Amino acid sequence: MSLISLSSFYVLAGALMLATALRVMSDKGHARRWTTALFWGLLGASFAFGGSMPPAAVGYLVLGITILAASGGVRASHERTTAREERLASAQRLGERLFWPALLVPVTAVVGSLFFGRIRWHDVALVDSANLAVTSVCIGAVLALAAGLRVTRAPARAAVGEGSRLLQAVGWALILPQALAALGGLFARAGVGAVVAGLVERALPTQYSSVAVAAYCLGMMLFTMCLGNAFAAFAVITGGIGVPLVVHAHGGNPAIMAAIGMLSGYCGTLLTPMAANFNLVPVMLLELEDDNAVIKAQVPIALALFAFNLLLVEFCVYRF
Amino acid sequence: MIKLIGIIVIAAGFSLRLNALLVVLLSGIVTGLVSGMSFNETMEEFGRLYVTNRYMALPIVMMLPVVGLLERYGLRERAETLIRRSAAATAGRVLLLYTGVRQASIALGVNIGGHAGAVRPLIAPLAEGAARVRYGSLSKAMVERIRAHAAAAENVGNFFGEDVFIAVGSILLMKGFFEGLKIEVSSWAMALWGIPTALGAFAVMAWRTHALDRHLTREAARATEDANPKDA
Repeated sequence: MSLISLSSFYVLAGALMLATALRVMSDKGHARRWTTALFWGLLGASFAFGGSMPPAAVGYLVLGITILAASGGVRASHERTTAREERLASAQRLGERLFWPALLVPVTAVVGSLFFGRIRWHDVALVDSANLAVTSVCIGAVLALAAGLRVTRAPARAAVGEGSRLLQAVGWALILPQALAALGGLFARAGVGAVVAGLVERALPTQYSSVAVAAYCLGMMLFTMCLGNAFAAFAVITGGIGVPLVVHAHGGNPAIMAAIGMLSGYCGTLLTPMAANFNLVPVMLLELEDDNAVIKAQVPIALALFAFNLLLVEFCVYRF
Repeated sequence: MIKLIGIIVIAAGFSLRLNALLVVLLSGIVTGLVSGMSFNETMEEFGRLYVTNRYMALPIVMMLPVVGLLERYGLRERAETLIRRSAAATAGRVLLLYTGVRQASIALGVNIGGHAGAVRPLIAPLAEGAARVRYGSLSKAMVERIRAHAAAAENVGNFFGEDVFIAVGSILLMKGFFEGLKIEVSSWAMALWGIPTALGAFAVMAWRTHALDRHLTREAARATEDANPKDA
């Protein structure tokens, strides 16, 4: 048993979404007031109560959320924030104290990952040790909020308003990462990976050892682009190409192959909108106009690093 | 072969710029149906996986109220003021330093940073502030480019540092995968072979952030020229 687990934070996150629904509802000038409020209400319900609902009900809930988002029924409401002059004045007044709450999060994350798992009274643990890293970040965020309210002397209402403003800036992209993870699970269950590995094997002359390892790294990159997740690609491509061809047929070093193969997969992560939490969520968070702005900035990086990985693996995998 | 239809739906949907959430759900439904699940079973599986993966949104949602609150009281403006004191700071150097710190810390097993926790409230304003000191006002395109590179600095620092640490998810995943196949692979060897690419990634970021600074200088010069034509 544990005092603080992820489910406590699912309820808090859900509460912020439900509060957003209420704020949208009270925004009389909003053009899509009811559908937008419904969207945030359903989303909040899926977070706060998703764990105790039957999975099929959550599935249909997500279907409803998706239809609302795709039909253009979700718009940001008018949330008042401060003007630049006011912010400059309070920045002048509060000075470096503004940074302390923000720095509390990484500090708590580090301390928490190291020590929170060891704190327990008999059989009651302070935190659920299974998800220590995410739990520590969430605890840090709550502590930072308390410190922020103290430093700024703002009412808690202001924090809810600002949180709801930023939440609406991110919008439906917020749940894209977990929808993609669910899709990855469906792909795995359907056996999509084995089909792709078979195709690569048939299409390339993998009897040459250098072609085999190149096909492995290329497969890692391309399949990661399709799935948006290098971990999911790793099991498929290493099982389909890496182990039978590079390790067994040509005697390559599995540690070198796997390490560099995984990093080739990360090059794919930099290139794909499927990796929504890395490439699309920041577009919304940073309020960029071009949906692909982050991916475009990463194209030269990913290609240069992939070329570097390919040279490295070709030179080393059959030698060490 | 029919099982690949889900990937085709994704590719078609993204290239037609349909709502990404809709494309993902459609792809999941089609994949479920062609592999013999009923519509109801597909929804059930999707719901189950959605619930277990809710943790992915938590670090973002939980950070938003405090980030918004501090921004309301001038966090971004204060970060810009702070960077003015450093004469050597450029947008590119700020981002390169962040990539380096992110890589080094995560290589030691310390996961700090993040798009919501660090890039939006601190790193992007620091980089924009450094550029503003240098070039005066920034055009919309310049701000957009700096922010996109800030997100890239976070991703590169995150991805290409973590595999150097042996207790990280990816090393454990690889180790477990090979154990399942009865192939002996050491975690240390895999972590060691992550080091060259980690250094390579830092070098590539040094090149890209230098290119960012050069691009900003060129853009700023063009803007001044447009403002005061030489023959006028």
